[in-house]
Amino acid sequence: MAACVFIAGKTAPGQQAPPLKAPRFQYVRPESLDAVLQLLAEHGEDARVLAGGQSLMPVLNMRLSHPRLLIDINRIGALKGIALRDGMVRIGALARHAEVMNSPIVAQHLPLVAEAMPHVAHVAVRNRGTFGGSIALADPAAELPACILALGAGIVVASVRGRRTIAADDFFIGLYETARAPDELLAEVLIPPQKPDFVSVFMELARRRGDFAIAGLACYARVAGDVVNDARLAYFGSEARPVLGTRTMAAVNGKAWSAASHDTVGAALGRDLDPIDNTFGTPATKLHLQKVLTRRVLDQAVQRARAP
Amino acid sequence: MDAKAKLTPLDRPNSYVGRTLSRLGARRAVAGRGTYTDDITLPRMLHAAFVRSPHAHARIVALDTGAAARAPGVVMVMTGAELAKRVTGPWVGTLTCFPGMKSAPQYPMAVDRACWQGEPVVLIVAQTRALAEDAAELVEIEWQALPAVTDKETALDSATPVLHPDLGDNLAFRKVIDTGDVDAAFQAADIVVEDVFRFGRHTAVSLEPRAVLADYNKPTGRLTIYTSSQVPHMIQTVFARTLGIPEHNVRIVAPDVGGSFGMKIHTYGDEIAATAASMMLGRPVKFIADRLESFVSDIHARENLVSARMAVSNAGEIQALEIDVLSGAGAYSQYPRTSVFEANQILNITGGPYKHKHYRAKATVVYLNKVPTSQYRAVGHPIGNSVGESLVDRAAEAAGLDPVEIRRRNVMPDDCYPTTTAGGIRVKDLSHQRCLELLVERMDYPALRREQAELRQQGIHRGIGVAAFIKGTAPGPHGYYGVGGAPIASQDACTIKLDPGGGIVCAVGVTEQGQGVDTVMGQIAATALGVPIEQVRVISGDTDATPYGGGTYASRATAIGGEVVYQAARDLRAEILSIAGVLLQAPAEALDIVDGHVVDAGTATRRISLSEIARIGHFQLGELPNSVQPVLSLTRRFRLLDDLYIFTNGISGAYVEVDPDTGFIRLLRHWVVEDCGRIVNPQLADEQVRGGCVQGIGGGLYEHCIYDGAGQLINGTMADYLTPMAAEMPDIDVAHVQTFSSVSELGAKGVGESGTASAPAVVMNAVNDALRPFGARVTEQPMTPEVLLKALGKV
Amino acid sequence: MSLEETASIALTVNGERVECTVPVRQHLVDFLRTALDLTGCHIGCEHGICGACSVRVDGAVVRGCLMLAVQADGAEVVTIEGLTDSGEIADLQEMFVERNALQCGYCTPGMLITAAELLKAGGPASRDDIREFLSGNFCRCTGYHAIVDAVEATLKRRLAR
Repeated sequence: MAACVFIAGKTAPGQQAPPLKAPRFQYVRPESLDAVLQLLAEHGEDARVLAGGQSLMPVLNMRLSHPRLLIDINRIGALKGIALRDGMVRIGALARHAEVMNSPIVAQHLPLVAEAMPHVAHVAVRNRGTFGGSIALADPAAELPACILALGAGIVVASVRGRRTIAADDFFIGLYETARAPDELLAEVLIPPQKPDFVSVFMELARRRGDFAIAGLACYARVAGDVVNDARLAYFGSEARPVLGTRTMAAVNGKAWSAASHDTVGAALGRDLDPIDNTFGTPATKLHLQKVLTRRVLDQAVQRARAP
Repeated sequence: MDAKAKLTPLDRPNSYVGRTLSRLGARRAVAGRGTYTDDITLPRMLHAAFVRSPHAHARIVALDTGAAARAPGVVMVMTGAELAKRVTGPWVGTLTCFPGMKSAPQYPMAVDRACWQGEPVVLIVAQTRALAEDAAELVEIEWQALPAVTDKETALDSATPVLHPDLGDNLAFRKVIDTGDVDAAFQAADIVVEDVFRFGRHTAVSLEPRAVLADYNKPTGRLTIYTSSQVPHMIQTVFARTLGIPEHNVRIVAPDVGGSFGMKIHTYGDEIAATAASMMLGRPVKFIADRLESFVSDIHARENLVSARMAVSNAGEIQALEIDVLSGAGAYSQYPRTSVFEANQILNITGGPYKHKHYRAKATVVYLNKVPTSQYRAVGHPIGNSVGESLVDRAAEAAGLDPVEIRRRNVMPDDCYPTTTAGGIRVKDLSHQRCLELLVERMDYPALRREQAELRQQGIHRGIGVAAFIKGTAPGPHGYYGVGGAPIASQDACTIKLDPGGGIVCAVGVTEQGQGVDTVMGQIAATALGVPIEQVRVISGDTDATPYGGGTYASRATAIGGEVVYQAARDLRAEILSIAGVLLQAPAEALDIVDGHVVDAGTATRRISLSEIARIGHFQLGELPNSVQPVLSLTRRFRLLDDLYIFTNGISGAYVEVDPDTGFIRLLRHWVVEDCGRIVNPQLADEQVRGGCVQGIGGGLYEHCIYDGAGQLINGTMADYLTPMAAEMPDIDVAHVQTFSSVSELGAKGVGESGTASAPAVVMNAVNDALRPFGARVTEQPMTPEVLLKALGKV
Repeated sequence: MSLEETASIALTVNGERVECTVPVRQHLVDFLRTALDLTGCHIGCEHGICGACSVRVDGAVVRGCLMLAVQADGAEVVTIEGLTDSGEIADLQEMFVERNALQCGYCTPGMLITAAELLKAGGPASRDDIREFLSGNFCRCTGYHAIVDAVEATLKRRLAR
């Protein structure tokens, strides 16, 4: 679940009048993608894109953002749909979480995403919230950014200047900060289907079902016997953005995974992560939980490789 | 003590008392036909919003409302200073029953200084709430930040600034109870266990927030306020006095209330402000607290630090208990029920189930620059029970006893009543022993212990907890409110009448918030009179239509309200039979009322219907002799005579699983066995307990109003302040023992808060039971994963 | 400055055609409550957490506070009033009353509309499944046990038919 007002578990401090009705804005609902891109070129950061609204509406209701213009993209057909195309799973920006959750293509080719979906908020939010919205917002505790990071996806953004694909590794820069320029619209995400000798495991720790994860890990790795290789470990919930634990991955790759590996991996993770302090835990707690998740996820990965 | 020997209508075979009936209120709510305050619109209605202090403590240096007043759709802007001129005086939240307590005078909105983040400062009234919020953003306030007192542990240090200089220090209240010879008992004790317990601050989070729709009719001088309150008569009195309008010109209507939990028995400055605006404008003004402002304006509760120790013999006999309670109140003592009640209650009830004779308890309540605190469901009991029951478990461990066994040895015996607890509380009609044995049976305690042992071998760590409790319900006039001088009624009233069509209309001073008060009153009235329940209409929540009562608080509705309904209905029945006797030329004692008809008591033969008596009594008085003047309408009042409270008792059980690597807790199952005396509607009683348990679990595991060092509430949203949701809650098994109360004919006691009173205590005991193999222990609530991980030494 | 930026919308609400001019910043539940007097859906938090505002839009349960009224242009909206009139969940509503799966009733319309989606899916569901499905609907009064009982009982009856 994601709502960007909940920065590091704190509410916006010192508001003089904690409101809960949206401020004034202009609203437009273009019928074509080109029209959307024109508007973004013209208004840039004065405009916000309204897709599912599950993250933007709380922000607006709480007046944490005062956009001049809201661009409702819900009618843009080109942004919808889930398909297998040219060997990639293509998820349109407007694919609702519920569609992704029920998609046979996702179930078959992206089991990591399929495993993550039940953790994304709740039924009503999944019926409206969009895949693209979740990736574009990049809430630190969101599940999907970590999944596409683990899977090495490509994020396609469009603007009046054309289209470009940004590798997931380069997309998530900071707290709610991505490589998407203000005049660019996230159009679709291209995700390579899970390869035959790879396994994926998704785990998160949250106080309540559908809550922000306090710690989470999306793992995609090639496992043969109990030897792990090409592991991609995308951590979320404890940092400002989803983070690939590169030192941890190096510590794991090429070796047999066993209880003996736990300490080395733990030490490496301590160098990969710099968890944030918030009402859900101190950095020490978060790091500890990520270590526990790492052990459990890799145990599970080995298990799954054994009995697919 | 069981049912009286003499049979009463309550014992009839077709009595409604003791029967589960569904609620009319439920029928309309499932259809979306409930009417909550925000559902009501009145002609020319306006909407209020507030500018609230962003600072925990700050002086208002300059205030400019000009731009706000000129904003589109704005009709009025009012500052705290302007409002202060329109009230009869400040509130001072002290009660004489708490000798020595002090509080600063409080105006409904901050005048020259704001003392908590969220205190209302400026009122905006506009055509829509959104327009009012727009205007609120245009209010310019120059603040001079003042040092904020935020730490109760240093609040009384000489270096700490005094929040209200005129008070001299930050002390609200101090109290000591000292019974027996505690020092000697601890000196001589075989075993002493002690701990320090921390409890986080909570807030009620009723799903429907506070709501007021005030409508002042200038031509008539009548003020009508629709408000989501549990205590309409008290609101009538307080608002009338505060706004300087005669009480008989004020009508308070509580429509459907979407959750209240004690938070809505209090008076709030922002509600006074909205009402004052209506009086000035002569137009209806609606104020609905939105969720963000609810977090910083609804009363808070539960912030306590308690050090405690218990002296126990080697045989496991509890000999002495000592507690020292430090309570963090808010910036003012809440008017009129004070902010010291909870601490006082902790002193009263901790260790209450047990036989020990030596008890010393100290409470210190201090002011902090935080939201004011006051009574919230189960007031003090969750804290006192957590402390007492946790120490009992520690004592059990030290004495080598099972937690159930130590309680078996120490609870007051069922035949010892009336008696007095070490805290000085008179108790009677309790059943600790019976409840304990019934709990053991319902939990299948030995089987749980076996399962726990087996699973421990597999590295699965489950814990079993039990926690006994007493609960004060249905207060009488002697203890607090009446004696204290606040306009809070501990009596309650029923006006019951036979209407011309033969229906029974029963107007009561207690109120309905969905727990089923209306239904229960109806069941009692129907039973006492002998009419089908469909023939009874209960009216509550409207001061124009009900006799003056205390409303619903402290689990009093059935115990006090039910009793007065019973008495009133019984007396109406007597009048009906007397008239019937005249009409039928038969002695009234030979008659009865069954199913809405007067019958021969012996044969149950129908003689005349109630509707016929009603018709004659209203329209055909010529059929009666001149000496008979039917009234067919009467009012009765009832209060406790000598008792402070009607105390109840119970015991809870919990079965949990702890993940020692993550500190996460899974609640597997929950049990409560409690004794609320005579149960009128079993399903409603069970559901009160269940809902109360989950609310208590919220406090035990999740809920915490977290303040930073500057007095800012940093988690005041529904995403950050965690309340229990369906996926994490256990099924809850509820059973009852019924020891009828001897203070009333109905014999009912209160049940609404019992679940909350013990839930955090029993869950904490279960968690500590699970952690026992690790030598770890938690004494802090909420028991977050971090709390467990720290106890386990993992972080 | 005008009072509000508005837009015209046309939609179907509870089977009735509605044409309205709405402030663009107004969320769906405020629109339903104030323009159409459909006070059955409630406001509990206005930031998408509590579920009191749940309504059905184009066949799916959504948070009414997280959708703008303008976004409902062309949509089919069903509120608890419409659901009651159609009788679609009459058995569930009856079971809620029978099991006292509500007390104050404020969460109830949202709870029912959400549970209705589970019932529509048609499959069996365990108590844990039910709890998970309702995990986004806050209830402060019941503690959820009776709600789970009512949904479970309704499901069982439907599957038995």
